[in-house]
Amino acid sequence: MRLSPKQSTLLVLAVLMIASPFFFPSNYYYRVGSLVFVNSIAVVGIVILTGYAGQISLGHAGFLGIGGYACALLPAHFGLPPALAVVAGAALSGAIAYVVGRPILKLKGYYLAVATLGFGVLVSMVLANEGWLTGGPDGIKVPDPGLRALLEQVGIELTNPQFWYAFCGLVLFIGAWLALNLRESPTGRALRALHGSEVAARTAGIDVAKAKLNAFVISAVYASVAGSLLALQNRLITPDVAGFMHSIELVTMAVLGGAGSVLGGIFGAALLTLLPQVLTVLQDYEHVVLGLVMMLVMIFLPAGLIPSARRLLRGRGE
Amino acid sequence: MSDLLQFLVSGVTVGAVYALVALGFTIIYNASDVVNFAQGEFVMLGGMISVAGVAAGLPLPLAALIAIALTAAIGVALNTFAIEPARGAPVVSLIIITIGASIFIRGVTQIVLDKGTHRLPSFSGDDPIHVLGATVLPQSLWVVAGAVAIFVALWLFFTRTLTGRAVLATSNNRLAAQLVGINTRFVMTLSFALSAAIGALAGVLITPILPTSFEIGISLALKGFAAAMLGGMGNPKGALAGGLLLGLMEALTAGYISSHYKDAVAFFVILAVLFAFPRGLYGSNPVERV
Repeated sequence: MRLSPKQSTLLVLAVLMIASPFFFPSNYYYRVGSLVFVNSIAVVGIVILTGYAGQISLGHAGFLGIGGYACALLPAHFGLPPALAVVAGAALSGAIAYVVGRPILKLKGYYLAVATLGFGVLVSMVLANEGWLTGGPDGIKVPDPGLRALLEQVGIELTNPQFWYAFCGLVLFIGAWLALNLRESPTGRALRALHGSEVAARTAGIDVAKAKLNAFVISAVYASVAGSLLALQNRLITPDVAGFMHSIELVTMAVLGGAGSVLGGIFGAALLTLLPQVLTVLQDYEHVVLGLVMMLVMIFLPAGLIPSARRLLRGRGE
Repeated sequence: MSDLLQFLVSGVTVGAVYALVALGFTIIYNASDVVNFAQGEFVMLGGMISVAGVAAGLPLPLAALIAIALTAAIGVALNTFAIEPARGAPVVSLIIITIGASIFIRGVTQIVLDKGTHRLPSFSGDDPIHVLGATVLPQSLWVVAGAVAIFVALWLFFTRTLTGRAVLATSNNRLAAQLVGINTRFVMTLSFALSAAIGALAGVLITPILPTSFEIGISLALKGFAAAMLGGMGNPKGALAGGLLLGLMEALTAGYISSHYKDAVAFFVILAVLFAFPRGLYGSNPVERV
């Protein structure tokens, strides 16, 4: 039996998610693992936007911030259960992306980059400056969603990090599955067509503006969900989550692993999330190594690690 | 009235620095179509290396000269080792390369120099000059004069010298420039050296007013980029106008609206301008070839 690329990607993902905990010596590793998943969810959104549709966003962390703060503010002010706040945050992010995306996505290349960057920076500034609402630069507490307690009632007992590992893993799996389905759907094919050439896509009858807007909104929802999960498991959210550097990290993760493929994006997210954990020993060198990795991969493996590796393997097989 | 004048003075001072950063962006963008996000690091290096030089007992002018020369060399290295090998890469890759370079430079600075915040002594004392009720630091005059001098010098360079015209020719059409015998590789090197040196000089000029540390580069780069966009990418006149306009708007916002949102002005303005004039104030109308 031959697996389709979609099935093999999902299989690899599931095996890695389930097998990894057998090698975890302590709870701390579950925590790092769930961080990898959270970043991966946001990066899968970037894969749809950048990898499929070829549009850049240097402000996507703004949507993480919106999703995260939704989980803190909606329960506090409107009495919404935190789990529902995730959905409300995603809807809000999608709506904002729809409104902002229409004028922004007319721009191309560097102009699009700076416009999205501006959007992200403005979001993080509002979060940092409107202290009466958001708690200012120190961040704000996020309530417990109570899902773990729910599991305990049906007899499944997990430690907190274990729960979040499993939960974020599940969300990532669903997110990856949807993204892979999208790729082969008419919408996904339209996105990949306009990536190649907008004019050609338009000639083929694709509503380019609408397709781009779709990709932007979808990726904003991914980012928002990732931000919500981050806030819920940390029980705290700070404006840094929405900051410029975080946006850059997300794009770097996607491009490093290979923005064209979901698995590549997730691999890049894992790599860049684990790198600082490994480098804590040489904390002073963290920036140097990160900068160097970014430059070297982009210069020598411009397609990203996973697609380059795949090409290498295929080359040997023939 | 004296308030307004005071805000204008500080706006022009900061605006002159933004204009220089934007000019650095413009020069590199024209030569190579790359937006160099490491541009702010040049400003940081100019300030930090001068500080280190002064701390080592060198006289300020010598320390500044060394800082500018070293930064120019780093700019050339950036081109040789990171930009040139990635020629023709997509915009996303180039953005990540230059941001990677910026993080790398920051990391090295933090190790080789230090993590502290430093100031340089003012060039000609700290006694403020009073003009119509506003106080002007002598250093502000140095900043503005320095910026004007650089813009005039570059204008002369680009219009009156053969090398300068070669740079202009390369930015208009690289292939055509190569065909008439211009060494475009040298033009690239020169552009990066020039751009880095201008950034470093801006760093030396402003450090007596705004303290420097290894971290200041990124926000300067973003604002310089916004200023360059505001004026229209690739246009030196636009860089000057965009920089000054941005500085003034920041100062007025800080003075009359909210100092918290001073830094937001740049991005707010950039969004507004891009919506209204998608190619910036001085940008040319693009013709896309299919």
